[in-house]
Amino acid sequence: MASKLTTSNRAGWAFALPGFGLIAMFIVVPFFFAFFLSLTNQRLISPNPTEFIGLSNYKNLLSISVLTIDPETDADGQVLIGDDGQPSYPAVRSFTRNNPDFPQYNGMREWFRWQSGDQAKVVVAKDVVFWKSLRNTLMFVLVVAPLQGAIALGLALLVNQKLRGMNIYRAIYFMPVVVSIVVVSLLFRFIYDGDDGLLNNILSALSFGLFEGRDWLGSESSALGAIMGMSIWQAVGFHMVIWLSGLQTISPTLYEASSIEGASKWQTFRYVTWPGLRNTAVLVLIVITMQAFALFAQIDVMTNGGPLDSTTTVVFQAVERGYGKQDISGGATISVILFLLVLTISLIQRYLTREK
Amino acid sequence: MKLTTTLAGALAASTCLAGMASAQTDVTMWYHGAGNDVEANILNTLIEDFNGSQGDYRVVVESFPQESYNDSVVAAALAGNLPDIIDVDGPVMPNWAWAGYMQPLTIDPSKFDAFLPGTKGMWDGKLYSIGLWDAAVSLYARQSTLDTLGLRTPTLDAPWSKVEFMGALEAAKTSGTCEYAFDVGMAWTGEWYPYAFSPFLQSFGGDIVDRSTYKTAEGALNGDAAQEFGAWWQSLFTEGYTPGTSQDPADRDTGFIDGKYCFSWNGNWAAVATLDAGVDDVVFLPSPDFGNGSVIGAGSWQFGVSASSDNAEGANAFIEFATQDKYLAAFSDGIGLIPATPTAAALTTNYAEGGPLNVYFGLSEGQALVRPVSPAYVVQAKVFEKALADIANGADVADTLDAAVDEINADIEKNSGYGH
Amino acid sequence: MATINPDNHGLRLATRYVVLTLIAVIFIFPLLFMVMSSFKPDLQLLRDTSGIRAFLPVGDLSFDNYSAAFKRAPVGTFVFNSVLVTGVTVALSLFFCSLAAFSFVFLNWKGRNILLSIIIATLIVPFETIAIPLLLLVSKLPWIGLEGLQIGWLNTYRVQIIPWIADGLTIFLFVQYFKDLPRELIEASRVEGASWWQIYTKVVMPLAGPVMATAAILKFLVMYNQYLWPLIVVQQETYRPVMVGLQYFFQLNTAWGEIMAYLTLITVPVLAFYLVLQRAFIASIASTGVKG
Repeated sequence: MASKLTTSNRAGWAFALPGFGLIAMFIVVPFFFAFFLSLTNQRLISPNPTEFIGLSNYKNLLSISVLTIDPETDADGQVLIGDDGQPSYPAVRSFTRNNPDFPQYNGMREWFRWQSGDQAKVVVAKDVVFWKSLRNTLMFVLVVAPLQGAIALGLALLVNQKLRGMNIYRAIYFMPVVVSIVVVSLLFRFIYDGDDGLLNNILSALSFGLFEGRDWLGSESSALGAIMGMSIWQAVGFHMVIWLSGLQTISPTLYEASSIEGASKWQTFRYVTWPGLRNTAVLVLIVITMQAFALFAQIDVMTNGGPLDSTTTVVFQAVERGYGKQDISGGATISVILFLLVLTISLIQRYLTREK
Repeated sequence: MKLTTTLAGALAASTCLAGMASAQTDVTMWYHGAGNDVEANILNTLIEDFNGSQGDYRVVVESFPQESYNDSVVAAALAGNLPDIIDVDGPVMPNWAWAGYMQPLTIDPSKFDAFLPGTKGMWDGKLYSIGLWDAAVSLYARQSTLDTLGLRTPTLDAPWSKVEFMGALEAAKTSGTCEYAFDVGMAWTGEWYPYAFSPFLQSFGGDIVDRSTYKTAEGALNGDAAQEFGAWWQSLFTEGYTPGTSQDPADRDTGFIDGKYCFSWNGNWAAVATLDAGVDDVVFLPSPDFGNGSVIGAGSWQFGVSASSDNAEGANAFIEFATQDKYLAAFSDGIGLIPATPTAAALTTNYAEGGPLNVYFGLSEGQALVRPVSPAYVVQAKVFEKALADIANGADVADTLDAAVDEINADIEKNSGYGH
Repeated sequence: MATINPDNHGLRLATRYVVLTLIAVIFIFPLLFMVMSSFKPDLQLLRDTSGIRAFLPVGDLSFDNYSAAFKRAPVGTFVFNSVLVTGVTVALSLFFCSLAAFSFVFLNWKGRNILLSIIIATLIVPFETIAIPLLLLVSKLPWIGLEGLQIGWLNTYRVQIIPWIADGLTIFLFVQYFKDLPRELIEASRVEGASWWQIYTKVVMPLAGPVMATAAILKFLVMYNQYLWPLIVVQQETYRPVMVGLQYFFQLNTAWGEIMAYLTLITVPVLAFYLVLQRAFIASIASTGVKG
């Protein structure tokens, strides 16, 4: 009965088509064009003819393998021990650069290594920077998505109270979103400065001078974390607003009912609020994940991917190559890989959050 | 709005005077100076003069912000929307010429014999672009610092050697007069790296690419000289002489003025601001000689003609008109850049004999080396930038330089040699 | 609830405000920094960045940066362009996207699921990665205007508006919200013989206040901060938006004070828009409470 009432192919298409048509024309079609580019050697600008080269762009990006290196030995076959007390190894370069004995490793570079007995196992890849960008992007998503979503929800609950002046707080929490991310990134370069940055000065004052200050963006161990912190801070208001619009649709009668039944705050949240936020939660999770995967502006302004590739990301690499290095087909290849990766992840996400 | 109204006013005035509005063909021009008032005024005067000087062509300019100018032009080229006259950054010109977006100038090259070498954009044996000015980099120091530390003042003829220079840095560091001995401007990412730092490499005897063929970087960027350069470059950071890649942009702009940095590697465009900020004993020293002569970069913005232009004749006529000494001098006085000819320099306040920045003219004339003249430079600049940032952050020198060479060579190969 | 101790209540209330205010401090400082800096000369501004002075109106304050900013760039034109492009896009976007979402949620039709899946998949495509193909596309598109048929959309307002009207996020936002509306409402209207268009305009949209406000704010921000796209499709100053205009201030000697003045000026429309919407948003909620 219900389904018959709401079945209408003509009205359905008529209502959906304007929006879908625009998306198809201005997003789907260009994306397929980018996919096509990834199978060619197209340059951004070049007089040379475009050639179809199959999957070789993908191969260049994704080639990875493990190289086993034996330690250096002296004439008697004794393992040489370096100054640090560890066995010393020949340079990876000696295997991967112009070494006819190891053609399979030619042009590869070390990503990371581990020790296995006396041998060193070295993971080498044709495009180490790309692999690092993939790792950084995933790390960023894994940290930022849950944290940002949770903090945003906390803020939303906080400003959803019926108190005088709440509109002012709402507006203030939203403010970092209003300022463009490019500007915020510029500002945080001052704040994170290693010598006399505001953050160091504050931490030092709070710890009565015990904190010695660190070069937040200049060190491999803290740069990505610093960018994560800023990104969460900047966009959390955005997600707060989405949570709020979800919160506001929950009927007040439900809260009255739960208060009559004497439910605790936690119980109210668990059994009234959270179920009512189901669709909002899916939305927030997906939006944050997408935005996190698209991380670019912060990197571009703050670190350029450094120090030592510790903050480089997939989209940053796509832009750097496609525009900066005029390798539009290489950039397109990265985009396609990112698309497939995120698609896989969101299918898994959807499967896990499916309605039972 | 202001720019366009002034321009419209100027055009209206000139067409009224000439009384031949309908007879003039529009010649479109793009310029990188949006946001710079002074520059816009000089350019508008120049255009007004040109439009009034003859009856065939009327130049119409559109200004773009410099930061994003190249992106705008490349996008417009892809969309087939280029103007007649394009303003192009010297080292980028071969890339655009090779890609087929520019055509050679038809002006007699002998007209530019007196021009500084860095202002002439040559590609494939032909002159594609010409600059009204050049820029130069020097080592900023205070005379008082030199005196306190007991250092000899280097000159063009007798620059500091590597040993002297490192001694100066060590003296500055141990004296504790400043937080860092030597600021190279790591905060200025992008073109600054190859422009300002590749001359160090060249002074060591290396280069970004082998200029005899332009087909490989092997040996140039990873040979012994380059390894030595890399080790030296890394030592600047490990020894604590130089603030690293995380330098905050404010410190770059004011660190030397505030006395935070003893020595600073900076361009002539910052000289006037430094003087104005009250550092009146600032001296502009030549680059140290690391064994292969003192070298600084060259090549700034230049004018060229787009390949698709239907008005190439008018475009060339304008460029020839613009390269008169009086305009060279006007731009120099207005925006502080080095005029392209000695006769124009004599007309300026800063670069004339005895002027406060006269030393820069000597630098540009004597030590300037243009960046690799190749369509591949656009990519090589990026690779070089990353390699230097990585080495500064502690990456293994030999590995990093080898990787840079591999990437540059792979790119050259992928582009079938870039027409060399 | 009946046994509230008044003192205790007062204390709790105070604690709440303290917490709210502490958090507010963390969030407000970029704006404070921006606004305060806009009144300071460059050198002082940069020296202040390392300490608390950055957020205080201290030192040599003046409106010089503002007058210099207006002298350097046609600020009025940029703001006008951005507000125009943003306003039109937001309005059209709300209509097209809510219409599509309405169809996806309330109507049954063939191809619905596949179309929705495609739309959601487009969320994954970062704009940077399709900019060049899109540029090539719009440079060849025809347009029939007052001057007859033209080829190419470059240097117009429409090129900044039309490709951005529909997007996966906005549609998705509406879809998730509509799912929470009681379907009985729609079915009842159908039984009464209302047309789909009537249901959309008279039944669903009046309940969509909160999501409209959210979608409008998000879209506004995206559009107002456009940079890469206008940079590559607009060559004439008359059509440039605010973020491209920001580049006018990054000269060889960056004019930080003017940048801050410019940013303060261009932030005003966004804040105003947010505050207006927030009001509408709260008002519309008070009247609904639709979820059962």
